[in-house]
Amino acid sequence: MSPDGVLGFFRRLGGFVGSLALTLLGLTAVTFGIGRFIPVDPVLAVVGDHATRDIYDKARLAMGLDRSIAEQYLIYLRKVASGDLGQSVITSHSILADLMQFFPATLELSTVATVIGVALGVPAGVAAAAYKGKWPDQILRVVGLFGYSMPIFWLGLVGLAIFYGRLGWAAGPGRLDVGYDDIVTARTGVILVDSALAGEWEVFRNAAAHLVLPGLLLGYVSLAYIARMTRSFMIDQLSQEYVVAARIKGRSFWGAVWGHAFPNIMVPLITVVGLSYASLLEGAVLTESVFVWPGLGLYITRSLFNADMNAVLGGTLMVGATFIGINLLCDFLYKVFDPRLRSA
Amino acid sequence: MTIELTPENPPQVVPLAHWLLSDAPTSRRQAVLGNLTRGMFALAANPAALIGLLIVLALVTIAAFAPLVAGFRSPIEQDLVHRLAAPSGDHWFGTDELGRDILARTAYGARVTLTIVMLVSILVAPIGLAVGTTAGYLGGWVDAILMRITDIFLAFPRLVLALAFSAALGPGIENAVIAISLTAWPPYARIARAETVSIARSDFIAAVVLQGASTWRVLFRHIVPLCISSVIVRLTLDMAGIILTAAGLGFLGLGAQPPTAEWGAMVSTGRDVIFDQWWVATIPGLAIFIVSLGFNLLGDGLRDVFDPKNT
Amino acid sequence: MSDSPLLEVEDLNVTFPGRGGATRAVRNASFSLGRERLGIVGESGSGKSTTGRALLGLIPPPGLVSAKRLQLSGQDLSSLTDADWQRLRGRRISMVMQDPKYSLNPVLKVGRQIEETYRLHHRASQGEARRRSLAMLEAVKIRDPDLVYHFYAHQLSGGMGQRVMIAMMLIAEPDLLIADEPTSALDVTVQNEVLRILDDLVTDRGMGLIFISHNLTIVSSFCDRVLVMYGGRIVEECKASELSAARHPYTRALMKAVPVLDRPVSELAVVIRDPEWLR
Repeated sequence: MSPDGVLGFFRRLGGFVGSLALTLLGLTAVTFGIGRFIPVDPVLAVVGDHATRDIYDKARLAMGLDRSIAEQYLIYLRKVASGDLGQSVITSHSILADLMQFFPATLELSTVATVIGVALGVPAGVAAAAYKGKWPDQILRVVGLFGYSMPIFWLGLVGLAIFYGRLGWAAGPGRLDVGYDDIVTARTGVILVDSALAGEWEVFRNAAAHLVLPGLLLGYVSLAYIARMTRSFMIDQLSQEYVVAARIKGRSFWGAVWGHAFPNIMVPLITVVGLSYASLLEGAVLTESVFVWPGLGLYITRSLFNADMNAVLGGTLMVGATFIGINLLCDFLYKVFDPRLRSA
Repeated sequence: MTIELTPENPPQVVPLAHWLLSDAPTSRRQAVLGNLTRGMFALAANPAALIGLLIVLALVTIAAFAPLVAGFRSPIEQDLVHRLAAPSGDHWFGTDELGRDILARTAYGARVTLTIVMLVSILVAPIGLAVGTTAGYLGGWVDAILMRITDIFLAFPRLVLALAFSAALGPGIENAVIAISLTAWPPYARIARAETVSIARSDFIAAVVLQGASTWRVLFRHIVPLCISSVIVRLTLDMAGIILTAAGLGFLGLGAQPPTAEWGAMVSTGRDVIFDQWWVATIPGLAIFIVSLGFNLLGDGLRDVFDPKNT
Repeated sequence: MSDSPLLEVEDLNVTFPGRGGATRAVRNASFSLGRERLGIVGESGSGKSTTGRALLGLIPPPGLVSAKRLQLSGQDLSSLTDADWQRLRGRRISMVMQDPKYSLNPVLKVGRQIEETYRLHHRASQGEARRRSLAMLEAVKIRDPDLVYHFYAHQLSGGMGQRVMIAMMLIAEPDLLIADEPTSALDVTVQNEVLRILDDLVTDRGMGLIFISHNLTIVSSFCDRVLVMYGGRIVEECKASELSAARHPYTRALMKAVPVLDRPVSELAVVIRDPEWLR
């Protein structure tokens, strides 16, 4: 990197950190605001219906509800920053601890789905662009179109019904069959990793079997998006003069496609993959409900059904922060890695 | 200037098609209608877009004529004797766990879907236009602040926030609509701003300003109309996503409440019996899928017509 | 120098089928070329660039190419497989394109792009390929080859970029070079430099050159013979020195339309097209 490149990098890094901070601040403002909107009296939620006036007043003071909104917001911010998201009504653990316990499951599923999406989606997109207008392209467009018109929860249900209920090919809901639950100690929370590390291969196989159906279904959704964007990027590049120049040098068609055009889309593709990952994390609320997958999404929906607003908001904050973080990070990486912008 | 109609100068009868597609329109209305006609022809040439249009029209028709489509059956009347009946001559789509006719519920569910889509559009487009055009036209710190706010909302996860919001406000269609709109408006602000920035420097805007038009008038009467086509294209493309989000909320029990028929909620209640009575959950889900597909196809077609460089 | 011509083209036709009927971009073009310089002059749409691409087998579908004879040093070009073309392009016949901003890959270092041509046609180690690439950069008069090797396309000026392009296309030592508007995207001051470098390299290596341009002045001074194309057809073929004695009305109109600084006129001459020329 040239000397101004280094300066530019730090400037962009500063921009990224600034954007991230501001957006996260906005997110906390929104979750705080939502928390204030609850028609339920938050004090009653803590002290219960039968508390005396005295206890009620004391609790109100202790919760800081007598202060101005701005002050309450600052208190809230301080709590969030220190990791105090409140206590879950259902589990009575700290919400943060709950979230940390459930997060890896969501990560695991999203990662598997994205890997499938990239491994299948990128080559499909490249092929569709190379064969533009011909049948591989048409098929891909239809497949993609179905992919993002499909309600995920419905696809999951139908998939379960067919591949587990009718055909018995796939494992049922949940991460592991009952009985495998406590064999492996959770070190990373990702069962595949933990069981591999512990050498418990039967657990590993079982976990993998349970990952197949939700992973493939989510992978399909991820694939649809990634393939479409790859196709779009590649079509742009394949019409460029430098691709013709590569052919003139003696490169074969596919050599020009993968050796010249593809390197030009890798940077925007990173952004696309990141966006896809982030949206999978977000969509987890629905898929985990269908597959009874013990991740963040399921935690949020269960808390929702139990009117545990603090847990819902805590989960929202975590999903939101991760989502925002990934999006902004991808934006930033894009700016850093595009050589055309390096010396700008 | 009036034209004297005399025997030597009889009124010219111009066929409607010629008038619409004329290269030299003589009035604003002719120009606008002409563009619309040309757009429709271009759209009609695209079979996928036509299918999309048909689906959307079918949705509107079914919603409007729901009682007729349902064969005048009630979507909420229970018939526990005939619960979970398979599709048959009596009940084309079968019955759900409370014996309600699924065809009727699907047809009335179209009303809910259409309502949500329309309400969100009515909220989101004006807000986006207002924010975007103001930011683009006024520039400076107004632009900076408005765009910052837009960017922040743009970065938020739509479904999760809609969920939290609905959870806080309580279930119901109105709350679901507000919840979805809160995170759906930013793209429109961006589009409007981008268009405004390129238009604001043109001579005709300068001319209007010189004539003494207030900022409000410039924005509302001159800039906004030019942004509308992009907003409409984007709106159509987004509708599929909005429908899916709304259905997701319904699936989680937020949004329309029982006994109102809503497709997402229907899928949710059909969950428990999915293995044996597959139709209860499958059919409403299929409806969501088809409608979403229709909007995607139509949106793609509209975009090809109005913004061909993005194909 | 052998007697048989380097390139023989007889009745070359390039047609693009389309919705409103087929477009005949090149009609019955016939010419031959030895180790000399041939200019092809014409306006946009005359078919000159299409002819160039047809010689490289790079007419994109749905375009159709047909010719009674299309031979490079006796090798028939109309029946080549993809693998044959890959061996031919870059090594026996090559092309310098118009604008290095677009014809160089933006995300690869230019030195590597030059190397690539060599490595596609010769088995060479990384070190040797790199040395040859640096040598080529010197041959096109780039002052700091070691530095420029690591540059990306956007870091090069127009003139440098075009020189890199020339290096890239000549490193495998082709017999025939097609230059498609090589100086049209450059500033006038830089044009002459690039032309001079091209001149030297083509002469030194005894290559055949087809120089495609819309600029009659440059072509007539640079080339030995000139072809004038209009509406897909070759309407004139003569020696560059004999252009003033051109017979076709289009050529004469072109020559008259060139403004001369020391003979100012009140109105510049415009080429008036006769639809007869298209038949």
